[in-house]
Amino acid sequence: MINIHEVIETNKMIEQENLDVRTITLGISLLDLAGPDLSEVNNRIYNKITQVAKDLVATGDKIQREFGIPIVNKRISVTPISLIGAPCCKTIEDYVTIAKTLDRAAHEVGVNFIGGYSALVTKAMTTSDELLIRSIPQALQSTERVCSSVNVGSTKTGIDMNAVKLIGEIIIETAEHTKERDSIGCAKLVVFCNAPDDNPFMAGAFHGITEGDAVINVGVSGPGVVKRALETVRGENFETLCETIKKTAFKITRVGQLVAMEASKLLGIPFGIVDLSLAPTPAVGDSVAEILEEIGLEYAGAPGTTAALALLNDQVKKGGVMASSYVGGLSGAFIPVSEDQGMIDAVEAGALTLEKLEAMTCVCSVGLDMIAIPGDTKATTISGIIADEMAIGMINQKTTAVRLIPVIGKSVGDYVEFGGLLGHAPVMKVNEFSCDNFINRGGRIPAPIHSFRN
Amino acid sequence: MKKTVITVVGKDRVGIIARVCTYLADNSINILDISQTIIQDFFNMMMIVDTSKSPKKFDEIAEELDRLGAEIGVLIKAQHEDIFNRMHRI
Repeated sequence: MINIHEVIETNKMIEQENLDVRTITLGISLLDLAGPDLSEVNNRIYNKITQVAKDLVATGDKIQREFGIPIVNKRISVTPISLIGAPCCKTIEDYVTIAKTLDRAAHEVGVNFIGGYSALVTKAMTTSDELLIRSIPQALQSTERVCSSVNVGSTKTGIDMNAVKLIGEIIIETAEHTKERDSIGCAKLVVFCNAPDDNPFMAGAFHGITEGDAVINVGVSGPGVVKRALETVRGENFETLCETIKKTAFKITRVGQLVAMEASKLLGIPFGIVDLSLAPTPAVGDSVAEILEEIGLEYAGAPGTTAALALLNDQVKKGGVMASSYVGGLSGAFIPVSEDQGMIDAVEAGALTLEKLEAMTCVCSVGLDMIAIPGDTKATTISGIIADEMAIGMINQKTTAVRLIPVIGKSVGDYVEFGGLLGHAPVMKVNEFSCDNFINRGGRIPAPIHSFRN
Repeated sequence: MKKTVITVVGKDRVGIIARVCTYLADNSINILDISQTIIQDFFNMMMIVDTSKSPKKFDEIAEELDRLGAEIGVLIKAQHEDIFNRMHRI
């Protein structure tokens, strides 16, 4: 039987160290809804989402009450909309109507984000894919809860550089469309390489075509718990350090697994995966950067950061994998700048640059995330940054992503306030040397040699 | 039988256990295990209870315990024991 010290330890994690389940994400397939009549498709999408997800929020709240563990977000991911809109969307405006339908459905069932306004164009864009991508600025301007993502590369197919070029322009346009709110539209747009089909975390969640009709995926959190655990082993060697992270990750993930199983049972929807990611929030004591500091760095970004992050990420996976029957999604340490107070402090201290962040993304999930850059950054420069990040993912057979926010009207040293979970951030310096001729070449980067394994 | 863990944390004073146990008895909730310790001057008590004979639902019990805690100046939480078993047992 459980003893008092174990009970106290668990409750201390929840009450003092910000342990929570970051999200229960319900994936819903919309593949059966495609058709030639746009208004009918919109109706069907609204009806299906509001029907399948009607008990999602109440169920999340019930689990929260019974186990005493906060479940911060209840969310929905859907089939990439470029697949559903293909037969019925002939213009940008057609696509925007679907975005608005998704937003309406999200409001109706009470989820704070709905992901899947997406296109998968790892090799090339179909007409429908391109139309959806071009509709993103308007879609994100005219909706509140819709999240968008575009997968532009993979280890198996290489990188679609035409899409990379286009998405650079689209990011600038999205920033312009939402400039009166610090270009917040870009916070809801992720560019991926090797995007997973079962990611529960926004803004990049979508319900992949390899998935079933509906699925429950859960994202755990707990950077604060890892940080506190490491405080008890200050000065100890790497063996002790790694063992401590591993054990802590196990405990955190077990809670995610429990919540996922319970949600699956109550909703009658199959359990998909637990995503092991360490997901920070802007709250003090809920920071991945603080873990890096506890490991022994003055600030995130100091020499040693990549190694520290690599070991952290690996130990989290080692501990987490055993705690859950199915692990998936992004599963690693997130390093978003604006959503992590320790990262913000590191940028302000001059310890952390965009280039160092790029190096860090080689060893953890997921990528250059929630980084505010000057509003006058050229589209080709953004495409160049994206291409670099996609290349890291393609060559290293891992998921990488880019979520940059060119803040219109602001420059290096200015401050941006997104509010809530999206946090706040100083505008970071971007290398301004040109990559125009590289980006303007057109075409695609071939698949790397290690994709030919057959 | 789904077991519930009740934790009581707060400044120590006379009658905390008595009040909590009275509530449990009044509501046909059976205590299976009880332990108590003082951590940093704070009274910590844990009870493992069986609520299956109680006419009240979990949410109602949790809410009433919460109110009782506020009355006697301690924090009382009720949680299904699964969260602890899952975290600490393989």
